[in-house]
Amino acid sequence: MIPATFEYVRPSSIDEAVAALAEHGDEAKLLAGGHSLLPLMKLRLAAPEVVIDLGRVDGLRGVSEVGDGRLAIGAMTPHYKVMADPLIREHCGVLADVTAKVGDAQVRHRGTIGGALAHGDSAGDLPAVLLALGGSVIAQGPGGTREIEAADFFVDYLTTALSDDELVTEVRVPKLVGDWGWRYEKFSRVAQAWAIVGALGMVKRSNGHIEEARVGLTNMGTRPVRCTATEDAIRGQSPDAIEDAAAHASDGTSPSSDLNATAEFRQHLARVLTKRALTAAVG
Amino acid sequence: MTKVEITVDGTSTEHEVEPRLLLVHYLRDVLGRTGTNVGCDTSNCGACTIHMDGQSVKSCTVLAVQADGSTVDTVEGLADPVEGEAGWHPLQRAFHEEHGLQCGYCTPGMIMASKGLIEDNPNPSEKEIRDGLEGNLCRCTGYQNIVKAVQSAAAEMRGDTKVEVEV
Ligand SMILES: Cc1cc2nc3c(=O)[nH]c(=O)nc-3n(C[C@H](O)[C@H](O)[C@H](O)COP(=O)(O)OP(=O)(O)OC[C@H]3O[C@@H](n4cnc5c(N)ncnc54)[C@H](O)[C@@H]3O)c2cc1C
Ligand code: FES
Ligand code: FES
Repeated sequence: MIPATFEYVRPSSIDEAVAALAEHGDEAKLLAGGHSLLPLMKLRLAAPEVVIDLGRVDGLRGVSEVGDGRLAIGAMTPHYKVMADPLIREHCGVLADVTAKVGDAQVRHRGTIGGALAHGDSAGDLPAVLLALGGSVIAQGPGGTREIEAADFFVDYLTTALSDDELVTEVRVPKLVGDWGWRYEKFSRVAQAWAIVGALGMVKRSNGHIEEARVGLTNMGTRPVRCTATEDAIRGQSPDAIEDAAAHASDGTSPSSDLNATAEFRQHLARVLTKRALTAAVG
Repeated sequence: MTKVEITVDGTSTEHEVEPRLLLVHYLRDVLGRTGTNVGCDTSNCGACTIHMDGQSVKSCTVLAVQADGSTVDTVEGLADPVEGEAGWHPLQRAFHEEHGLQCGYCTPGMIMASKGLIEDNPNPSEKEIRDGLEGNLCRCTGYQNIVKAVQSAAAEMRGDTKVEVEV
């Protein structure tokens, strides 16, 4: 399968990339790792007239501390670098652990954190972790930069709050402070597959109690889901409260039915996986 | 057309290509290096796995223009051609000796993915091999002998004396 023809543009700076986007408007697509975009182009489900390759743009890779208790991750940082990065492992290990469950080794060598979030696929593993962490993205366009909270970023299936002339330059996540534990339970039938449902459970432990909890769900609707009902039900409680709290994990969700699972089964999975994830997170 | 310069198996190559040309087609159709196979063409099977700047990647999911300036290594560059069988890479020898292939279609990708795996983890357990090769599908072997082959090659590459591997 061969993509349709396109004009190829390879900017070397963020400003050049923004200018190229402004010039070509909605005829253009940004190319990051290409591991979502190229398969779509090969199937001709996407046929952009212009492809703007971010591969040589300076300053979009790597991880740094931003001083306000957060980490900044360059949008073009590939998954395998996120998994191994010392700052991420020390301060936000949950992101490294979830990223390790994305696709397979070859996919993780090419796919990028910015591309995985900007693609806005609620079956992807990273949107739910960014949402649960209360992270954000930095977007840059002709008018300058703005920060978009994860809760506002994922708008609909394959749709984000980015406008046509903006690119993601950076992803921001908080440094976790205190005794956090986490587990991402990814349910799929075969190796290397996307999550039929995924549940991320994070808990901050203190004196045998759960001081704070975060729960994020993958593939339970057109956007990633944060289960505040479950989080609220275990805050300040002993781990015994997890079972009843996890029963609320599917409240208000409307997942799709497809060949892999009915909506009902997905809701069942969400409850079971949330319970498992939180139980493992408590340790 | 866009000019690309790519070092393939140690030889520098330079061609004008259409931007939509996939790296695997650059290797097979432009350079005639057909050792790298296309299996699924949908980024799933790993038959097209090569190394790009030292990392295993699926060359059906990379544009040749994205590889401009990089170093690409394929299964064709593994063996020392002058030496005959003695020049085989330990992975090639191990796949042969442990019967890690039947039809052989997945083998070029399987070997390149295994090479990356061993470079990252010189002494992988059975589970680490199975997880590490999850991006490579084999429809023949049932994987058992592939795991054995990778363990045996890893041992040779570490310089261990030949071990009998039980899987
Ligand atoms: C076989 C296979 C298995 C996979 N399995 C999983 C999995 O289990 N879980 C999972 O989460 N993902 C999975 N993926 C997807 C993988 O993580 C992708 O790499 C990722 O979704 C997209 O990242 P990318 O860098 O490849 O982006 P691209 O494909 O290059 O781009 C994706 C989209 O985002 C846009 N975009 C990219 N970068 C930016 C930016 N900086 N600013 C604005 N827009 C941008 C592009 O225009 C495009 O629309 C899989 C992919 C494959 C091929
Ligand atoms: S041919 Fe590239 S992954 Fe199957
Ligand atoms: S040997 Fe036939 S597909 Fe692997």
